[in-house]
Amino acid sequence: MSETITFTIDGVEVQGAPGQTILEAADAAGVYIPRLCKGEGLAPRTSCRVCTVMVNGRPQTACSYPISDGMVVENETEELMTFRKNIIDMLFIEGNHYCMFCEASGRCELQALAYRFGINAPKYPFMYPKRELDTSHPDVYIERNRCILCGRCVNASRDEDGKGIFEFIGRGSEKKIAVDSSRGLSGTDAAAADKAVEACPVGSLLPKHRGYDIPVGRRAYDAAPIGSDIERHRKERNNE
Amino acid sequence: MSSDPRKGVKDICSRVANDRTRLMDVVRDVQATYGCVNDDAIDLIAEHLSMHRVEVEGVVTFYAFLGEEKKGDVVIRVCDDVIDEFKGSDQVVRAFCRELKIKIGETTPDGRISLDSTPCIGMSDQAPAALINDTVITSLDACRAREIVQALKKGSAPESLVTTLGDGNNSDALIGAMVNNNIRCRGEVIFAPFADGVAIEKSLAMRPAEVIRDIKTSRLRGRGGAGFPTGMKWDFTRQADGERKFVLCNGDEGEPGTFKDRVILTECPGLMFEGMTVAGYAIGAETGILYLRGEYAYLRKWLESELEKRRSQGLLGPSVCGKDGFNFDIRIQMGAGAYVCGEETSLISSCEGQRGDPKTRPPFPAQRGYLGYPTTVNNVETFCCAARILDKGAGWFAKLGSDESPGTKLLSVSGDCRTPGVFEVPFGISVREVLGLVGASNAIAVQIGGPAGEMVGPDGFDRAIGYEDLGTGGSVMVFGPGRDMLRIASRFMDFFIDESCGYCTPCRVGNVLIRERLDIIRDGRGAPEDLDYLQELCETVKVCSRCGLGQTSPNPVLTTLKNFRNQYESRVHAAAPGLRSSFDIRAALAAGEDIAGRPSEHF
Repeated sequence: MSETITFTIDGVEVQGAPGQTILEAADAAGVYIPRLCKGEGLAPRTSCRVCTVMVNGRPQTACSYPISDGMVVENETEELMTFRKNIIDMLFIEGNHYCMFCEASGRCELQALAYRFGINAPKYPFMYPKRELDTSHPDVYIERNRCILCGRCVNASRDEDGKGIFEFIGRGSEKKIAVDSSRGLSGTDAAAADKAVEACPVGSLLPKHRGYDIPVGRRAYDAAPIGSDIERHRKERNNE
Repeated sequence: MSSDPRKGVKDICSRVANDRTRLMDVVRDVQATYGCVNDDAIDLIAEHLSMHRVEVEGVVTFYAFLGEEKKGDVVIRVCDDVIDEFKGSDQVVRAFCRELKIKIGETTPDGRISLDSTPCIGMSDQAPAALINDTVITSLDACRAREIVQALKKGSAPESLVTTLGDGNNSDALIGAMVNNNIRCRGEVIFAPFADGVAIEKSLAMRPAEVIRDIKTSRLRGRGGAGFPTGMKWDFTRQADGERKFVLCNGDEGEPGTFKDRVILTECPGLMFEGMTVAGYAIGAETGILYLRGEYAYLRKWLESELEKRRSQGLLGPSVCGKDGFNFDIRIQMGAGAYVCGEETSLISSCEGQRGDPKTRPPFPAQRGYLGYPTTVNNVETFCCAARILDKGAGWFAKLGSDESPGTKLLSVSGDCRTPGVFEVPFGISVREVLGLVGASNAIAVQIGGPAGEMVGPDGFDRAIGYEDLGTGGSVMVFGPGRDMLRIASRFMDFFIDESCGYCTPCRVGNVLIRERLDIIRDGRGAPEDLDYLQELCETVKVCSRCGLGQTSPNPVLTTLKNFRNQYESRVHAAAPGLRSSFDIRAALAAGEDIAGRPSEHF
């Protein structure tokens, strides 16, 4: 096996290392592929489908698919951009997302993706589901209205925190996030410092006592759209 | 059975040696014993199997036949498939509701009888049908429903409701079902006589690689619908690194309108087990698992006895047929009501005691499957074909059927036709020829391959059934004059919405959105642009979904949009400028009016 793997993304040659996924190689090369359920340092779950790319003409998730020599990856085609936008739309209308007073606003990855894709209002009809809050724990709460069922907390709690607090229950549109106690979050050993809390891309799993602590203007996506850090990498390299 | 749940659950767990990968067996047994898997039982199971309770809860809430709420001692599940509906299942449901004085989803106040609906139970050729606990009742009508309730109220056991036994082995004491096989057409591959052991003997005379070569030469492709070349799958599994390997048989026949595996399991399970054993030898496995859908629990004793017979004949167990070093046995894993488990990676998840979520590919099961070991998963019918190929030769098989689709195919035909049932026909047969066989000369549409397949109109009746054109796992649903294609498509969407595992966004949310817009169009409130909206939405779900369920679930709409477009176009009309015809102002105001306690003054 060669030390470097060469493949193309949208016709541009990209190099990566054996064992890398398309997403990892693209990130390193400064090509941003939108993603949502893939948390930094967490195993891919391939559930959100936002990072769907075409690999040799077939749809695959960039977060999980291993790179190989000569592979042809399509990323920013009109068709894929439409599909991704539709999926982001679906995540909005499936829950109850009120960005204007959500404490995750400005650092929410779902909101940031919507801005990046130019979504001002979803085109699909809102479902207005009834969802439960879990405020039983003194330091952490679950706001299921904003949950996008990405499963990052499941992976982070199991693999990083070693606690296994979160898992999904129910099926299909009844599927929801649950905790490892019949008494709710207070019956678990969850802590505000858990990686699981940090991993939530939206405002669904939040620490208490510090809402709105980052002023507007200094939040993660106030200055530049999501993905800019990855793309900056490429610009810098091109300028060298 | 123990009346003390603490001891009862402990005993159930110890029956599987507290092995968490056998969670499905545990929760099924707890459900059967206590009528539910409630909070206390979940805690106990988690304790005995050393798992997180939320993992157990995740499994219990995934499968339709399991639940945290207490069910009655008797659970009546009426099939709500579209074929059953057209045969009058609505009247049957109404009769059950009336007699029991409860609604679907409820239990009688004395806690004895629950009433539910369930998707296709594999009895479309004798619809309307229902499951009463594990007992199948076919050809129902309102009158029969009333008699059933009266008998149950008097304390009759569900099994005693079977008064006439079905054909073939259905009348065997181990099955004792009123189900009929309705085999209308016997071919040379599946329904021809077969002497147990011949395919194994012939395989064992060859090296495993030669067995795989024969399967490759025969060009056998998977009979479940996806059509992957079987020899290649076995070869990948054989070549993959792994201390152990597994053979899994997919007996989770759940595609609405499919019931041919039920007939194989009833009439020739030996041929299927023989094929699994041949596969075990070919790939180097010692264990086979038959995953049997929960709806077919009534066949379990029969299949167990067939396995026992094969063990006593030396066709299973240590040194199969006296071959030193080839040890192979098969166990049955019961499902619990989840269509998605027919998807091979979901099936593996379920066998491992997990929620029936599909797994991320790659790695494919041939590389990392059951418990992380290389695994081949094949359909019931595929294993039968493999056994026959080893007996009669790859060349013989390859000459049957059409160029791209060698062999015969079992079709399960139901709906508006004279002779519904199972037909073993050569691949390449045209839709028109099938309609001739089943007595449906006036058909206006045929759904080939079930809801996940294609709805074909008369201009497509000369198309061939086979991988090259109309692929199918076997479901052929015939629709006669007067049937509404959009109504059928909507019912198929109901099915996919109910059966989506909910793991990925497009399938979980997209299918609900497809049905919503389809129903607006059916309701006469759709606009011409809604057809483009549906097309793009369907394509999003089809391309981006994670497994075969979501990749095919938009097909009822996509294929009717293509083949029956006029039925859509005749129901949509452009709205007045600035208005959206699908917007219902009355419905939108209802909640507000309710709060205000008065009607809107403006609308």
